[in-house]
Amino acid sequence: MSNPTDLKYTASHEWVKTEADGTITVGITDHAQELLGDMVFVEAPTAGRKLKAKEECAVVESVKAAADVYAPVSGTVTAANSELDDTPEAINSDPYGAWIFKMKPDNAADVAALLDAAGYRAVVDSEAH
Amino acid sequence: MTTLKQTPLNAAHRALGAKMVDFGGWDMPVNYGSQIEEHHQVRNDAGMFDVCHMRVVDVKGDGVRAFLRYLLANNADKITVSGKALYSAMLRPNGGVIDDLIIYFMSEQWFRIVVNAGTADKDIAWMKEQAATHAPNLTITSRNDLAMVAVQGPNARAKVWDVLPQTRAATENLVNFQAADCGEYFVARTGYTGEDGFEVMLPKEKVEAFWYALNKAGVKPIGLGARDTLRLEAGMNLYGHDMDESVSPLESGLAWTVDLKSERDFIGKAALLTNPPTRKLVGLLLLDRGVLRDHQKVQTTHGEGEITSGSFSPTLQRSIALARVPNGVAIGDTVEVEIRDKLLNAKVVKYPFARNGKGLI
Repeated sequence: MSNPTDLKYTASHEWVKTEADGTITVGITDHAQELLGDMVFVEAPTAGRKLKAKEECAVVESVKAAADVYAPVSGTVTAANSELDDTPEAINSDPYGAWIFKMKPDNAADVAALLDAAGYRAVVDSEAH
Repeated sequence: MTTLKQTPLNAAHRALGAKMVDFGGWDMPVNYGSQIEEHHQVRNDAGMFDVCHMRVVDVKGDGVRAFLRYLLANNADKITVSGKALYSAMLRPNGGVIDDLIIYFMSEQWFRIVVNAGTADKDIAWMKEQAATHAPNLTITSRNDLAMVAVQGPNARAKVWDVLPQTRAATENLVNFQAADCGEYFVARTGYTGEDGFEVMLPKEKVEAFWYALNKAGVKPIGLGARDTLRLEAGMNLYGHDMDESVSPLESGLAWTVDLKSERDFIGKAALLTNPPTRKLVGLLLLDRGVLRDHQKVQTTHGEGEITSGSFSPTLQRSIALARVPNGVAIGDTVEVEIRDKLLNAKVVKYPFARNGKGLI
């Protein structure tokens, strides 16, 4: 498992990429897609929706199970990845490319406070025991 | 911490890259990579399943047929050709389903029964309790010395013959739902996928070599994940999901296996006759986007129902389910399924959804 070091992470297995304009792009980690297996359905939040940190805001469903995706920080949704409607399996083949939604954080400092790759790795390792 | 039970193929699963899960106390492979690819592998070619956790039970002695005639909801008299198999429910006196099983008629002194893993101990206890009263001379033996592998798919039988050429002559002319006893190998043309193939019972110590030989012949290992979507597409019930001791087989899509017409008495018959079904099992095809899952509520104009098995159909590329609904619901009706905070539309359809490589909806 490789977690890109230029991303931030949550303990609930989302990855977060900060864009040049200060918005963030959110997806689920390689570890999360590996646990869920073949993805068949993604429901992303609509643009304009206001989210609180850790709020359930998207759902990814594999053949096996449904899983909630949580807002990494508080903010406003700016876009959803509609391509996943037809190709949910992109999350399996390219977890760090297949983003689920983008949002504008209320506070950039909240993003900076998320886990780094090593911190996320420690979370995954602790769950394995 | 409880220790999970292992089949003799446990090490082979790990060597082949399986992701293992706790399946009713057994450490079993859920997939070896993509469960959707495994599903298509079985529909299009050949795949193999570790079903060693299921239990083989041999019932032997004079009067075995008469005993099974009373023990089971389906009529053992339907199988008279050697090796022929019959699918049946085994009921409590109140009509609840103890288990669903397959019986093979081998001779008037020997019937073989294959039961589910999770119910095996209670099944055998029930059989022995009934035999003590009704057929005390019979021997009921749990064959813990046997392993079982299901090889399924359009090319499955040919692959088994590649690996076990000595069984070919005896198994080439088997019709669907018929088995041949080939010494160490008991080969049955049965399965749980809606595809052609064999279920092979063999000595435990031989199963790992058999598994690897099949793999070398091009048969891919298939996990429990694909096993579930294959059986659901094929419209086959799963014990503990689509039926259990709390429901009648007549409300579980099993009326075709319950013989109420003959004079024969069997355990549970009186209860079934006095409690006619008010619900039935139907197929659902989701019309909106999403995935149907077990226990979701189904709203119909005739009252509420519940999904008993729901998943995604790799063959149809849609979500499908089996659901228990009020009797008034008809094929072609549109119903609503509660998924999280939404009501999604689903169409009531006749199942099976897919068999022999093709979608039927």
